[in-house]
Amino acid sequence: MKSRLRFTLQLGFTLLVCLFMIVPVVMSVMAGLTENYFVGLESGLTLRWVNEVWQLYADTIWLSIKLALACLLITILIGVPAAYGLLRSRRRWANAIEELLLLPVAVPGLATALALLLAYGSYREFRGSWLFILVGHVLFTLPFMVRAVLSVMQTAKLPQLEEAAASLGASFRQRFFGVVIPNCMSGILAGALMVVTLSIGEFNITWMLHTPLTKTLPVGLADSYASMRLEIGSAYTLIFLVMVVPLLVAIQWAGRLTEQRR
Amino acid sequence: MSSSVSITLHQCSRTFAGDNTALQPLDLQVNAGETLVLLGPSGCGKTTTLRIISGLESPDKGGQVMFGERDVTALPIEQRDVGMVFQNYALFPNMSVADNIAYGLKIQRLPRAEIAHRLDEVMHMVDLQGFGDRRIDALSGGQKQRVALARAIAVRPKVLLFDEPLAALDAKLRDRLRIEIGQLLRELGTTAVYVTHDQDEAMALGDRIAVMQAGRIAQLGTPQEIYHQPANAFVADFIGAVNCLDVISTRADGGLVVNGGELIAAHLQGVSTVYCRPEDIQVVSVDQADVKGKVVQSIFLGQTQRLMVDTGGASPLQIEAPSRQRWPNGTAIGLALPSSVLFHPDKPTAPVNAKEMAND
Amino acid sequence: MTAASKQPFGAASYLSRPSTMVGPARRKRFIALFALLPALVIFCAFWLLPFSRLIMMGAGADPSSGVSAYLTILTHRQYLISLATTVGLSLVVSLVAVAIAGVAGFFLARQRFFGKSILVAILTFPLAFPGVVVGFLVIMLGGRQGALAQTSLWLFGERWMFAYSLAGLFIGYLYFSIPRVITTVMAACDNLDQSLEEAARSLGANTWQVTKDVIVPGIAPALLSTGAICFATSMGAFGTAFTLGTRLSILPLNIYGEFTNYANFAMAAALSVVLGVITWMALSLARRLAGGNLGASV
Repeated sequence: MKSRLRFTLQLGFTLLVCLFMIVPVVMSVMAGLTENYFVGLESGLTLRWVNEVWQLYADTIWLSIKLALACLLITILIGVPAAYGLLRSRRRWANAIEELLLLPVAVPGLATALALLLAYGSYREFRGSWLFILVGHVLFTLPFMVRAVLSVMQTAKLPQLEEAAASLGASFRQRFFGVVIPNCMSGILAGALMVVTLSIGEFNITWMLHTPLTKTLPVGLADSYASMRLEIGSAYTLIFLVMVVPLLVAIQWAGRLTEQRR
Repeated sequence: MSSSVSITLHQCSRTFAGDNTALQPLDLQVNAGETLVLLGPSGCGKTTTLRIISGLESPDKGGQVMFGERDVTALPIEQRDVGMVFQNYALFPNMSVADNIAYGLKIQRLPRAEIAHRLDEVMHMVDLQGFGDRRIDALSGGQKQRVALARAIAVRPKVLLFDEPLAALDAKLRDRLRIEIGQLLRELGTTAVYVTHDQDEAMALGDRIAVMQAGRIAQLGTPQEIYHQPANAFVADFIGAVNCLDVISTRADGGLVVNGGELIAAHLQGVSTVYCRPEDIQVVSVDQADVKGKVVQSIFLGQTQRLMVDTGGASPLQIEAPSRQRWPNGTAIGLALPSSVLFHPDKPTAPVNAKEMAND
Repeated sequence: MTAASKQPFGAASYLSRPSTMVGPARRKRFIALFALLPALVIFCAFWLLPFSRLIMMGAGADPSSGVSAYLTILTHRQYLISLATTVGLSLVVSLVAVAIAGVAGFFLARQRFFGKSILVAILTFPLAFPGVVVGFLVIMLGGRQGALAQTSLWLFGERWMFAYSLAGLFIGYLYFSIPRVITTVMAACDNLDQSLEEAARSLGANTWQVTKDVIVPGIAPALLSTGAICFATSMGAFGTAFTLGTRLSILPLNIYGEFTNYANFAMAAALSVVLGVITWMALSLARRLAGGNLGASV
C-alpha cells in the first residue's frame, strides 16, 4: 500500500515537471497555427503565419542549413583525426589537449564571439561573410565530435584492433581507413548529429558575429520575437522545432545504438 | 610452409614512465622452428618481451632484435612478417569471419584465387569450414580464437606470436584449443613465441620455456629441466607445487635430519633446505618411513587427493595420495622420500637409478 | 609487463618515454601529433590567440574610471551587484533544478510503467533548444499573453506577468537545466550497481534508508557534476536573457551592453574573461567529478 502511494506521488510530481516542459511548447505551436492568438482557437487554424515566416526568413533557414553542413564537414575532417591523435597520445598530453579544445564550450559563446570580433573584425571581407560565423560554430561544435568519436574508439578496443591489423602487414593508411574509420562509424554518426543540432541552434556566438546579410535561423528567431507579432514568432519557432526534433530523435536513437554495441 | 627463422634479442630492456623498469637488459635466442614459451606471473615482463619481438614496442636504446640475420629493431610490426594472436581476439567487428582471415592476404594484394585457396586451407586447419559468412559477434569465445589463429597463420608468417591466447576461455575449451594449437605448431614448423601464465599450457606447448620473474629470465630450459631441475626456489614454486624441508643438522654418515625423520641424499650435502614435489613422495608403512607425521587435512581432488602432513615443521608437507584411500585427520602416516626425488636449485639432480625406481 | 599486461590494449605505449625509444614507437607519436595538428591549428588561430588578446584588452583602461577594467569591476558597485546577481541566480537555479530533476529522474530510471518513454522524451527533448527559444517559451508562460496572464485575467481580472524580470530568467534557466539533470540522473541510476541496493535490503534497510545510504551517495558525484554544468550554463546564458529584455542587470547582458551600446571594449573584454573563468572553473569541477559530459552553453 505504502509503495503504491509513493509511486503515485512520484508519478504526479514527474507529470507536473512534464507539464512545465511541454505546456509552453504546445502553446507556442498553437499560437503559430491560429488565426489570431488574442482571440484564441475559435479564430480558426491557419498556415498563414508559417507562410509569412517563410517569405520573411527563408534565407535564414537556408543559411543555417548551409552552416550546419559546412560545420559538419569540417568537424569530421579535423575532429576524427584529432580524436585518433588523442587516443594515440600519451595520457597527460591527451588530457591537456582535450581540455584546451573544450575551452570554447566551457567559456560562454559571448566571450568567444567577442574575442573573434576584436581579433578578426577588422578584416572586412571575412567579417562580412558567413565563414566568420562558421569559424565560431566549428570552435563550439568540434569538442562534441571529438568526444563522441573518441569514446567509441576507446570502447572499440581500437588500439588492439590496429595492432592486429599491423601484425598482418597493414600500413598506417590501410589501418586508418580499413579498421579505424569503419569501427568508429557509430561515434562519427553520433557526433555528426550533435554537431548539426548544435550548429542549427547556436545563438550566443552567432548573434555577435552576424551581419544583416548573414542571419541564421536563431538570429532570425530573436529578431522576430523582438519585432514581429506573437503568431509569427510562434510559427517561426514551429519551423525550428520541425527541423530540430527529428535530429533529437536521431541523437537518442544513435545513443541507444552505441549503447547496445557495448 | 614458409621457411622459419630464428629470433635473437640482444640487450633488450624496457623502461616505462616513472622509472618503472619492465624489462632488465635481456638476451634471448629462439631457434628456427622452435616454440618458446614465456611463462611467469603478471608483471614479470613476458608480454613486454613479446611486444618487443613483434615490433609493437621498442626496446630502450641499445637493444637489438634480429630475425635470422636481419636486424628488425627499427621496423614496425607491419614490416616484420609476423602473425600474432591476441588475448582478446582483436577480431575486426566490421568484417565477417572470412574477411577477417583474408585481411592480411588482401593487404599483400594476393590474386583473388590464391586468397580463396588459402582461406579454404586455413579454415580447414582450424576446423571452421562453413563459418566464413558469420558475423564476429555471432561466434563463441573458442570460435573467435580459432578465427584469430587462422588469421595469423593465413599470411604464412616467419614468426608466430601468441599473447595469452587462451586466457579468456573456460577450462575445458582451453584444454582442447591447447592441444589443437600444439598440433598446428608442429604441423607448420614456424618459429613461435607463446606468452602465458598457465604452467600446464607452457609444459604442453613449449619446446623450451623461459620462466620470467621481475623483468628477468629466471630459467630457460626444456619443460623437463624446468620441472625437475628448477634454477631457484621461485621457479620451483611457480611450476607445480613444491615442499621445502629445512635441514636441522647433518649426521656423520651424511644423513640429513629434518622434522619428522632423516633423509639420505648424497648429492645434497651442505644445503639448508631440501625440495621435493608432492607427487614424488610415497605413502609407506610407518616402520619403513623416512619421515613420519600426522595427517592434518585431506583435500579430495578427484583423480588423487592431497594430504597435508604435519611433521613438526613450520608448514605441513603436501603429498599426493591415491584417491580411494581414507586418511582421517590425526592418522599417523609414514612417508618415503628417496634421494632421487630430492633436489636443490644449486645442486645437480641425483642420477636417476632405474633399479631404485623399480624397487620402490 | 607492469603496464602492458594490466592494460592490454596499447596502454603501455601511452606511458612510454619517447626519449629512450627507437623505431616504431617514435613513429606512432609522430602520427598522433600529425593527426592532432589541423584541430590544434584552428583552435590556436581562432580561439587561443583571440582570447589571449581579449584577456590583455581587459587590462586596458576603462574610459569611465581611467583604471584597468578588471580593477573597475572589483571597485564599482554596479558591476559587483550584477556579478553577485548572476552568480546567485545561477546557484539557486542549479539547486532547484537538481532537486526537481533528481526526484523525477530517479523515478523514471527505476520504475517501469506504460507511457514512460513519452515522459522521458518530453523531459529530454528541450535539451537542444537554444536560449532564444527558451526565452520565447518563458514569454509564452509569463508574458503579456502568457498562460499565467490569461489564467489570472480569467480568475482575478488582472494580468500577472513574470517573464521580463529575474523571475522570468529563473524560470527560463530552470527550463533548460531540468533536461540536463534528468538525463544525467537517469544515466547515473542505470550505472549504479543494483547489487548494492539488494545488499542493503538483505541487511534489513527500508526504502528510505536505501535511498539515503546507497542511492544518493552513489549518484552524488553525478548530481554535483550536473549541478555544476547547470550553474555554468546559467552563468553564460545570453540568448534567454536577451529575449526576455536587455534591462536586466546580469553579466551576459552587461557584456553585450558595454560592447554594443558604449563601445567600451576594455570593459566588455574584462567582463567576458571574468565570466569565462567562472564558467570554466565550474565545468572543470563537473568534469573532474563525473567525466564525459560536455554541457554546452545555451
